[in-house]
Amino acid sequence: MFTMPTLNYAQLAPILIVLGGALLGVLVEAFFGSKRRGPIQITLSLGTLVISFAWLLRIRNDISATAAMGSVATDGFGIFLQGTILVLAFLAVLLIADNDHFAPAVSALPGSEEEAAAISSGSRTTEVFPLTLFAVAGMMLFPIASDFITLFVALEVLSLPLYIMTGLSRRRRLMSQEAALKYFLLGAYSSAFFLFGIAFLYGYSGTLSLTDVGTANIFSAGSPVFLYIGMVFLTIGLLFKVGAVPFHSWTPDVYQGAPTPITGFMAACTKIAAFGALLRIFYGAFFLMQYSWKPFLTTIAIITMVLGSIAAMTQRDIKRTLAYSSITHAGFLLAGVVALNKAGLAASMFYLVAYGFATVGAFGIVTLVRDSSGEVTDLSKWAGLAKKSPLVSVAMALFLLSFGGVPMTSGFISKFSIFTAAYQSGNIAIVVVGVLSSAIALFFYLRVVLTLFFQEAPTDGVSVVIPSIMTRIAIGICAVMTLLLGVYPSLLLNLVDTMSTLVH
Amino acid sequence: MDISNYLYLSVILFTIGATGVLVRRNAIVIFMCIELMLNAANLALVTFSRVAGNLEGQVASFFTMVVAACEVVVGLAIIVTIYRSRRSASVDDASLLKN
Repeated sequence: MFTMPTLNYAQLAPILIVLGGALLGVLVEAFFGSKRRGPIQITLSLGTLVISFAWLLRIRNDISATAAMGSVATDGFGIFLQGTILVLAFLAVLLIADNDHFAPAVSALPGSEEEAAAISSGSRTTEVFPLTLFAVAGMMLFPIASDFITLFVALEVLSLPLYIMTGLSRRRRLMSQEAALKYFLLGAYSSAFFLFGIAFLYGYSGTLSLTDVGTANIFSAGSPVFLYIGMVFLTIGLLFKVGAVPFHSWTPDVYQGAPTPITGFMAACTKIAAFGALLRIFYGAFFLMQYSWKPFLTTIAIITMVLGSIAAMTQRDIKRTLAYSSITHAGFLLAGVVALNKAGLAASMFYLVAYGFATVGAFGIVTLVRDSSGEVTDLSKWAGLAKKSPLVSVAMALFLLSFGGVPMTSGFISKFSIFTAAYQSGNIAIVVVGVLSSAIALFFYLRVVLTLFFQEAPTDGVSVVIPSIMTRIAIGICAVMTLLLGVYPSLLLNLVDTMSTLVH
Repeated sequence: MDISNYLYLSVILFTIGATGVLVRRNAIVIFMCIELMLNAANLALVTFSRVAGNLEGQVASFFTMVVAACEVVVGLAIIVTIYRSRRSASVDDASLLKN
């Protein structure tokens, strides 16, 4: 009854390379002394991501649904998102490479002698690099998974390293550990819902393949009750990962508690992977019963946009503000999901790229603003920063204006194209609410920009540290991309247009 | 015995787990409730596998067991670390991050 599976290794290679790099990283941890591990791990991680990306470019036109016996679908959409995740992970690793963000001895009690000894001996946490690579491998598998087992395994492979990475912050150890605990408990809770949904979809259709679940609807194989239970629970699991509103409560806490480079990595890449899976499921498997889930998802999108932008206005902490901003963006992206047309798919892809670059860049800048006790995330301390460090302030303003969707930045093009797609699908309500909440959102981004440029600096002010060359490269690339995609959007618009194909 | 009884059991176990996560305060107990939910999903998968007459559901339940084991490793590590820092595994004490 069992047949030998045939695997097309060339098409799976980008993921396998990243996993191989992660395993090598674990070996490096075991065999090299603590002084030499740092440079080796950085080189290994960056090299792995570059090789994987190069391979991905080689196979970018090999579209097939049978690379692993129907378990993954390597199509334009999947390859595009994999490439985006690799590029953003590369930039995030450049930020992670700065030694100053991670606890030197993670298992030591905060404030203990053991911790003090680890700090004075100058040891560093290099485990974070293999963990990042494992998470990247899961993220690359998630948007191309086309059966439910692969989907579930990919979800866990991307989540488990992130739970640990959240708890690694060097300063405010307790807060970081609490964030890890919250993220873990809520994440595991949501993946239990996700799995229960999978079980009922299997009960409905008798198959675990996304394609066959999609076609089972026509013949209505099993009881529709199973279908509805399955759909709702699976969607809850996915909406948790993207941080849509009834399931968003973990986002601000985890974003605030995690080490800032990890927050940037998590905010950008997890969102891309999760929306990749969400789009593949709703554009593929659930396409035929769209009338049963569209009202539900439209409501979620509207609440997410409105509540996200209102809650962001009341925040006093830059990391929490950015967290609520990422919740608002999840709402805008959901508008692309419910549009359910080719324009919606392409617009979502463009949006994810633009959002990813701006997010990594913005969190990169948050890592630079410090006082004697570490990063300062209180917004009132950021006042008048532009006088001390104009370049950093201008870059931050650029990212914030892009989040707000101001013309000449990538955010404007992405919002414009996603609302156009929603309008074409005839969903006027979501467009109206979307434009209104964009206006609310723009208000609080502008408030931060005004704080930076036009307020008097407080006496106990903060300083911007001189960034390391790697941090400088990462923020520079993000800023250039944000501006470039705003001024010459056709570069990427043409690409997403040709790449926005899904195979089933 | 009617096969739907297994499904009822699975739904009851899942509900107990999901309610437990919401009402209990000890991180270890919450974690046990999550494991109960995963096992409820496993029971549903195996039951549906029997109904559908193929092995996919049983294979999926093996994957679930492996994933649950990985989650235990990561989860207990996080819970033990936080217990060592503050001598309590109650989620109510973990309140530095304000809402």
